[in-house]
Amino acid sequence: MATSAVSLEPAAHVEAHELSFLRKYIFSTDHKIIGIQFLLMSFVFLLFGGLMAMMIRWQLGFPDRPLPAGQLLPETMAPDGILLPEFYNSLVTMHGTIMVFFAIMPLLVGVFGNFLIPLKIGAPDMAFPRLNMASFWVAFSAGILMMAGFFVEGGHAAAGWTAYAPLSADPEWSGVSGGQQIWLLSLAILGLASIMGALNYITTIVNLRAPGMTWFRMPLSIWSLFVTAILVLLAIPILSGAAIMLFFDQTIGTHFFDWTDGGQVILWQHLFWYFGHPEVYILILPAMGMVSDIIANGSRKPVFGYHSMVFALISISFLGWVVWGHHMFQSGMNPTLGMTFMISTMIIAVPSAIKVFNWMGTMWRGNIRFHVPMLHAVGFVAMFVIGGLSGIFMASTPVDIYIHDTYFIVAHIHYVLFGGSLFAIFAAVTYWYPKMFGRMMNSTLGKIHFWLTFLFYNLTFFPMHDLGIAGHMRRIYDPSQYEFLQPLAPLNRFITVSALLLFTVQILFAVNFVVSWFKGKKAGENPWDANGLEWTVPSPPPHGNFAKVPTVYRGPYEYSSPLVEEDFLLQTRKLASDVDPAAAGP
Amino acid sequence: MAHPALMQPPARREVGADVYSEKLGMWVFLGSEVMFFTALIGSYIILRFGSPEQWAAPGQMLNIPLTAVNTFLLICSSVTMVKAFAAIQDGDQRLLKLYLLATVAIGAAFVGVQAYEYTHLVHEGFLPSGYRPGSALAERAAEGLLPVSVGVYGSSFYTMTGFHGFHVSVGVICMSFVTWKAYRGAYTKEDHRGVEVVGLYWHFVDLVWIILFTIVYLV
Repeated sequence: MATSAVSLEPAAHVEAHELSFLRKYIFSTDHKIIGIQFLLMSFVFLLFGGLMAMMIRWQLGFPDRPLPAGQLLPETMAPDGILLPEFYNSLVTMHGTIMVFFAIMPLLVGVFGNFLIPLKIGAPDMAFPRLNMASFWVAFSAGILMMAGFFVEGGHAAAGWTAYAPLSADPEWSGVSGGQQIWLLSLAILGLASIMGALNYITTIVNLRAPGMTWFRMPLSIWSLFVTAILVLLAIPILSGAAIMLFFDQTIGTHFFDWTDGGQVILWQHLFWYFGHPEVYILILPAMGMVSDIIANGSRKPVFGYHSMVFALISISFLGWVVWGHHMFQSGMNPTLGMTFMISTMIIAVPSAIKVFNWMGTMWRGNIRFHVPMLHAVGFVAMFVIGGLSGIFMASTPVDIYIHDTYFIVAHIHYVLFGGSLFAIFAAVTYWYPKMFGRMMNSTLGKIHFWLTFLFYNLTFFPMHDLGIAGHMRRIYDPSQYEFLQPLAPLNRFITVSALLLFTVQILFAVNFVVSWFKGKKAGENPWDANGLEWTVPSPPPHGNFAKVPTVYRGPYEYSSPLVEEDFLLQTRKLASDVDPAAAGP
Repeated sequence: MAHPALMQPPARREVGADVYSEKLGMWVFLGSEVMFFTALIGSYIILRFGSPEQWAAPGQMLNIPLTAVNTFLLICSSVTMVKAFAAIQDGDQRLLKLYLLATVAIGAAFVGVQAYEYTHLVHEGFLPSGYRPGSALAERAAEGLLPVSVGVYGSSFYTMTGFHGFHVSVGVICMSFVTWKAYRGAYTKEDHRGVEVVGLYWHFVDLVWIILFTIVYLV
């Protein structure tokens, strides 16, 4: 609490003495190392979440055939390779939980918040480097705890990633007690890590910007991470509070969500979604910001409507707080409220559309370079449009009555979270990889990976809309038990095969990522001819980032400027017409 | 606040919040804490409006005089905190240590009184899950003198006051650390960020208690 502020002087002297391996790579306070730690951790969880998805898909596509290599699973999960219904419920729950909380959220906020913020605003590190380190290790512990839940008696949490009460509140209903408690505890601990991270990001962005880096010269990636940090800061404690109440219901016999003794079941849904809807934007806003950076770079043009992009981000984050009821149209809440939430939800389409049209405006008549990050970024825009439009379906109460809790919802969430966030993550990882590791990823392999992912992704998730409209339930163990779902069996098998191929294709990315780390072409300071401050320092940047405090003269998107011969213009490059920020007055 | 120039980062920066980072960080963190207590208090309001019959009349089960004294204690600790901060602003090391010690002691006393209150209530038969069967309170409820069931009343009472007590305890631990540092002469007239930052947290916890005392005990 009483630690001194990070010295803002360049940290050249820090390089002088060598840190031990443990301090340099494991318990590091360097924001870049912490970012990479988050990256590796989230990729492992992404793999776990993906494997769970494959098991779910196998069960839906081939309900009576044993899972390949399913014999490796213990008897309590899959005797003779056939998944038990109880284990299937745990899989569905944990696939959602792991992907949302331990893969996508740390990938966007943990990795790029840490790696990019100090580099892009010209700071030597975060405002609180030790808190930053603590944030990673607390998140890591929460992840280990979450995985440990699979090994307790009664299996892991099985009430869905939303853990609706009373299913989650009473072991009598879901048959799970220890797993559910571990789930709640793990999320409360992860919440602590998120809050530590968020307050660090906010303080850093407010207080540690380099001279000349005014608010409206910040890249949109930093704007989006700033807005996201505010959402994390304010939304996560709601989840922590709710999780603690549910934990007490499970352990010490309180009655918060127990209707038999004065509690209210629907209160859980309100609390969860009051957190949950801002969470949805936590999972997409950083993606939007980073994609904006990459699209401007790939199009060699300034971002179309920079200010409107910022205000759209801010208004989305504000509106995100007043729409949570659209998850609860079918919960029995007052229908008048449903109308209110329907209208507030539809209003979000306006800032979202502003962003989409601005991305298209950026690309319009640009001198487009289709490098791998650009391909993923354009893929993001396209998929986000589909995911956003299917969201309008669900926001309309009359339509939602019909498609609620069907595969249409599953299709929508995956168009936003996979087609949206994950494509943006692929874009961002491939774009900043040279800055992280000093080497380029293989471009040909990257392009093959993109096109195959794009193909199989759409083949997997688009047909889910049809499943949903045909009435296929969202969390169903064996669709062959229902006569009206039997005609859908071929479609289910098609989706399963596509999903397996989609998963397999990711091997290309993993190989590219690992091999390039050691064998990739050496990257220079600025391999993408970009403008941001991170491209003015060596790849990877040294401890302390900048040899001397950089001065910023312009916004981040001055591509194809008539002032210079090259088609990019670094934010720190001083032209004859530029005035030093200090000379410009207070 | 007193010496902003000295508390500013050494290098020239773009103008930020105009306060040093630790203070800004604490304010931001308190924003998060507000939302945490909002979740608890909001749920309390909804649950109480949903089942008003579960709540005993003010003072019927909870000891208001004892808690009022405790509230007074906590407010006093906020005063000593302010005095500690004022002392170091004037560079008075002796008074700083004295007032910090007083704050730690009063904070610990608050937690002690709360522990006594809990023990007493549990002994009487008021648990987070409601009445303990066969206890004195359960018998009075059977006679019709108390609400028939207090399940959700007990849940929210113990969770809200318990989490506040947890925050006070964390505050006492941090404050002890700051006191220890004060004894080692870590704070000066020019730089006393630790005292100010822990003070912000302490006042916040105090403020939360005033709200909790009002809505949990008095109404």
